Amino acid sequence: MTKRQNRMILVALLVMGVSLAGYLGLKAFNENLLYFFSPTDVTEGKAPTGKSFRLGGMVAKDSVKRDGIKVMFDVTDYANTFRVNYSGILPDLFKEGQGIITTGFLINGVFMATEVLAKHDENYMPPEVADALEKAKTKQ
Amino acid sequence: MWKWIQAFASPKNFYQISQKIIPWLLIPFIVLALVGLYWGLIVAPIDYQQGESYRIMFIHVPAAWMSMFIYLVLAISGGIGLIWKIKLAYVVARVSAPIGAAFTFLALVTGAVWGKPMWGAWWVWDARLTSELILLFLYLAYMSLNNAFDNPKTASKASSVLAIVGLVNLPIIHYSVKWWNTLHQGASVSINKVAIQDANMLIALLLMSMAFKFLYGTLMLMRVRDEVLVTEQNSSWVKKIVMEYK
Repeated sequence: MTKRQNRMILVALLVMGVSLAGYLGLKAFNENLLYFFSPTDVTEGKAPTGKSFRLGGMVAKDSVKRDGIKVMFDVTDYANTFRVNYSGILPDLFKEGQGIITTGFLINGVFMATEVLAKHDENYMPPEVADALEKAKTKQ
Repeated sequence: MWKWIQAFASPKNFYQISQKIIPWLLIPFIVLALVGLYWGLIVAPIDYQQGESYRIMFIHVPAAWMSMFIYLVLAISGGIGLIWKIKLAYVVARVSAPIGAAFTFLALVTGAVWGKPMWGAWWVWDARLTSELILLFLYLAYMSLNNAFDNPKTASKASSVLAIVGLVNLPIIHYSVKWWNTLHQGASVSINKVAIQDANMLIALLLMSMAFKFLYGTLMLMRVRDEVLVTEQNSSWVKKIVMEYK
């Protein structure tokens, strides 16, 4: 075996070793890498409900009630739903049907939020196209 | 063919030929960037959700792509250097690192500026943002390690190993939005799906990504030429250039 082939194998082993280490590391920390829990995760007891955690889902239709700076709404993943209480400034994208991620505590089944962030999807289109899609959807 | 390559590889010839190549990288960059910005800021329509704010994508996305592409260049050139002992590969990696770091920084900053109005936060520790920040640290570590040795050979070898070790971060960045739930949205442009449903938006994005590729080519070649001058500073042809410069 030439020296060059030796070095080739060493580099290949380095890449494989690092990949394996990366894979195992990610597997070990998988739970910690989740940024938020869905309402179903919380219902199934997967979320650390004893302390502050993040709940993510859609703002349910016709659920937003405002009272001054206080706002109440439901977060849903269409399987399970949680009532959220929040007082503070909401992001511009916040509306019914919008994805949001909120940080807070679960107290007696109600999520007391300290922060609400908007999550948008990867779709980009002009408003007219979005309207047309919405119309086509309601026609079906 | 081999003779031609050898002739090109001599530092003097490389220096002269590359001077003629630079305009062919610089001019496309300027043209693509100007047309791309016009397309992105004026021709492309507003977004149904984000209004005008989404236009920062035309800088943010190409910068993020370049941050990963240049890291790949670092690792591959490092590997070529380690295996075939080609000095030029080390030079390419070394001069590319600060350019890659700059693109990473640009992606992070434009992302923060975009995140504040849309998400409601400058920064969150989700998997996508965190892994991109780690990429910036990898670039900084690579540059530091390269400068930490007196012996340039040792420096090149050590930093190349680091670059290859850091390679594991690239798939993590790319798949972070798929493997874990994150605040950052999924990929809008991938091999089997394009979620940008307007031709003008997509054209602007592609023009800007091409522009950034040419910008990297220009900067990289200019920096390699600098390196050649420094390493060949004792040769007669470099002395001649320096004398004529006055």
